[in-house]
Amino acid sequence: MELLRYILRRMLLSAFVVVGVTFLVFVVAQVVPSDPAALYAGPRPTAEQIEKARQELNLDAPLQARFATFATAMASGDFGISYKSRRLIAEDLRAYLPATLELAVFSTGLALLIGIPLGVVAAAHQGRWADRLGSFGSIAAVAMPTFFLAMILQLVFAQWLGILPLSGRLSREIAISAPLQMITGFNLIDAILAGRFDVFGDALAHLILPALTLASYPAGVAMRLTRSAMIEILERRHIVAARALGLSEPRILFGHALPNAMGPALTVIGLSFAYALTGAVLVEIIFAWPGLGRYVSEAILAKDFPVIAAVTMVVTICYVVMNLLIDIAQALVDPRVALS
Amino acid sequence: MKKLVHRLGIPGSIALAIVTLFVLVAILAPWIAPYPLQGAGAPNVIAKLQPPSASYWLGTDHLGRDILSRIIYGTRVSLTNGLLIVAFSLLIGLPVGLAAGYFGGWIDEALMRGTDVFLAFPALLLAVLMAAALGPGFLNSIIAVAVTWWPWYARLARAEVLVLRGQPYVEAARLSGVSHPRIIIRHILPATGRPLTVQAALDVGPALLTAAALSFLGLGILPPTADWGQMVDAGRKFFPARWWYSAMPGMTIFIIALAFSVLGDALRDRKGGASRASA
Repeated sequence: MELLRYILRRMLLSAFVVVGVTFLVFVVAQVVPSDPAALYAGPRPTAEQIEKARQELNLDAPLQARFATFATAMASGDFGISYKSRRLIAEDLRAYLPATLELAVFSTGLALLIGIPLGVVAAAHQGRWADRLGSFGSIAAVAMPTFFLAMILQLVFAQWLGILPLSGRLSREIAISAPLQMITGFNLIDAILAGRFDVFGDALAHLILPALTLASYPAGVAMRLTRSAMIEILERRHIVAARALGLSEPRILFGHALPNAMGPALTVIGLSFAYALTGAVLVEIIFAWPGLGRYVSEAILAKDFPVIAAVTMVVTICYVVMNLLIDIAQALVDPRVALS
Repeated sequence: MKKLVHRLGIPGSIALAIVTLFVLVAILAPWIAPYPLQGAGAPNVIAKLQPPSASYWLGTDHLGRDILSRIIYGTRVSLTNGLLIVAFSLLIGLPVGLAAGYFGGWIDEALMRGTDVFLAFPALLLAVLMAAALGPGFLNSIIAVAVTWWPWYARLARAEVLVLRGQPYVEAARLSGVSHPRIIIRHILPATGRPLTVQAALDVGPALLTAAALSFLGLGILPPTADWGQMVDAGRKFFPARWWYSAMPGMTIFIIALAFSVLGDALRDRKGGASRASA
């Protein structure tokens, strides 16, 4: 019962937050910029063109009416037309959103895959050099500017070693000569569905560097959290008992201690997903990844506010929903959460 | 000196030394930069994109300017960025948090739900949206980041006030008829100020990192003023063949952010020890 009340309360709060977010995006995208009509009218507009644009955009209507129009449009998925390309933004989003989500999901998996084992190793060698090195690494991962790490990875793996592609989502040969039919929009899944394993390998190779860039920070956090959870658990009696029974150290660490230290994993998933959505703006430009981040950065340069507003809305809603799901999952795993 | 090293540990002390060094560099920029004019933006077309050498220690950029001098001048922008972002955020977050915590009830509910809305955004994205709306520029980029930053201070201040509100000395002041604003300013603010200032000082590093990301996106201070994030972006066109152009300012951002976060860890450890001892 408590659990149900908690879940309902969280859902209600999320709904409220989404309304607030819509209002804030409206204010920043439509009220703050000096003259949206001049931007809408295109380069070097005449006075009549601007006036026409004012009417088309309904800029003379009172603010609350404009917000109502904006909110209804957003709710129905009508994000309007891009000032720059005059294309439907909703259609662009459909093409770009899966690319960003693919990157976010993959980098989250990578962060857990790197961070958790390192945390286990650090806990097992507590206070010794492996632990210290790991701690330093996790601090360094936080301090590293995302855009700079991306460039270093490109330099090492693409330029010097030449083992991974420099940028893009698929090789040009594949994209041009035998394009993948878009089913889900996730290249890895689409390639399997189409039974094209050469494309799968190519897509995977393109995914690694950008995902690694985005995974470094959450992997550092995952490592720290796993380490402290493991240190606590390694002192418990069932571990002492396992040691007394003569089980091998890896088996104790990964078989008996780690499953009890998985609490932080959920936190890391949420954090990593959020970080990937945000970091996408920087990483997608550098790796020429055709996702929302690159889309929005091009819109910034063109002052294309409908696009900026649409991307902010969509990404923020993904973020709010993700946080809601994580909170609910956490309450299900540990009912004490709902009571606090 | 010895006492300080003991308190912060060796990594913490090195970090403090690095941060101090950057502050000095920022203050003394015109006197220590090898080419002050180029640091301030004057082009030097006879030495375009030269690799690091005896006369240009960190190489030159596409306008032939000495990268070391540009980085030294950029220190001013970056540190001011970090400081002002934190200061602006405190200016908004502190009053909101104080009022929410002190008055409670519907005021608290309204202020904190408003805060939640700002926290619902992925931080960099809201900053990008703000910066795009305000247009690029030094002050605008600072405001854009502060808009995403203040809710943390509001939450922190509120949590502190909730503890203080029930303290006997606050009760006593209220019973003797001291007005609300006076209680908040004279009796609560001084006690919350301390932990918040420590937090804020440590946030200068992450704030500076966010500002660097904005200027990398072209939403920061405009050239010819030297700015690290913008230098990394400008160097990208010549990367990796002329790697030093991006790599040197990139490394600089990394070093200062690392110093701040190591220092933060050292201070947190120390604070934890101190509070345990006093309890």
